[in-house]
Amino acid sequence: MIVHSIFFYFFSIIAIFSSLMVITSRSTINSVFFLILDFISVGCLFIMVGAEFLGMILLIVYVGAVAVLFLFVVMMLNVAEQKQSWFIGKKSTHIPTGLIVSVLILLELLVVVGGWKYKEDVMSSSTLVLSNISNTHQLGLVMYTDYILYFQLAGIVLLLAMIGAILLTFRERKGVKKQSYVNQISRGPSTAVELIEVKSNQGVKIDD
Amino acid sequence: MIEIGLGHYLSLGAIIFFLGVIGIFLNRKNVIVILMSIELILLAVNINLISFSIFSGDIVGQIFTMLILTVAAAEAAIGLAIIVVYYRNRGSIRVEDIHGMKG
Repeated sequence: MIVHSIFFYFFSIIAIFSSLMVITSRSTINSVFFLILDFISVGCLFIMVGAEFLGMILLIVYVGAVAVLFLFVVMMLNVAEQKQSWFIGKKSTHIPTGLIVSVLILLELLVVVGGWKYKEDVMSSSTLVLSNISNTHQLGLVMYTDYILYFQLAGIVLLLAMIGAILLTFRERKGVKKQSYVNQISRGPSTAVELIEVKSNQGVKIDD
Repeated sequence: MIEIGLGHYLSLGAIIFFLGVIGIFLNRKNVIVILMSIELILLAVNINLISFSIFSGDIVGQIFTMLILTVAAAEAAIGLAIIVVYYRNRGSIRVEDIHGMKG
């Protein structure tokens, strides 16, 4: 029981600290770093409390896709009005924060991997653990049978989000030479070839 | 204090939810921080659902968490696309500069 409280307080203090830093830090890049740290702490908390599949989803999908998408957009929009480049410059403030966040993430992952053998102690209060099938198996047994409609609807939501994002950010570029298949295929001999009666000593104008 | 129960997880979720709401209201920088605050709020909701699911022994809470994760990912993608388009048109995403609807 003491192990559970140690894990809980370790991860939750880091989560609260990093969510405080998300809303108060001066630079947007630092906010994204602390958002990543927050997701990882809560993901580790999920893993330790017994929801392994969702903890892994939080680590993989959230940290791997959504937070990195935030990072891409912040870097692309250049909102921090930094004139210097990212790594060269007199006061590049992202390096210390990045190092702190990375060290904390490494520490958390080490704690999770190291605490894996105390897992029965952590989850002793739960009734889901007593069944001898894993969390992912349980989730799949329910999700693909009783909740299949919601699963499909979630897929449709993701498809719509993808279409919407592409449609919003798409723009037609001017002055780019592109191959037009329709024009190529519909081109017949009547438009492609021109027969000219050449008079003597006058030649042919080829670029008219 | 030592015994970790449902209340501890709900308190953690409440604190993170509160910080997310504070981040929306006190934000003076740019819109991306507002999107990150919304992510924090959804994360707090997920903490609540998962702790209820674990402590009451019902797996359905985790299914709802997965649906919330899906919606949150879609919302982040659409929101960031809107921000990119807005920045391309106006050249700024500061909160003070966005007053097109005179709200």
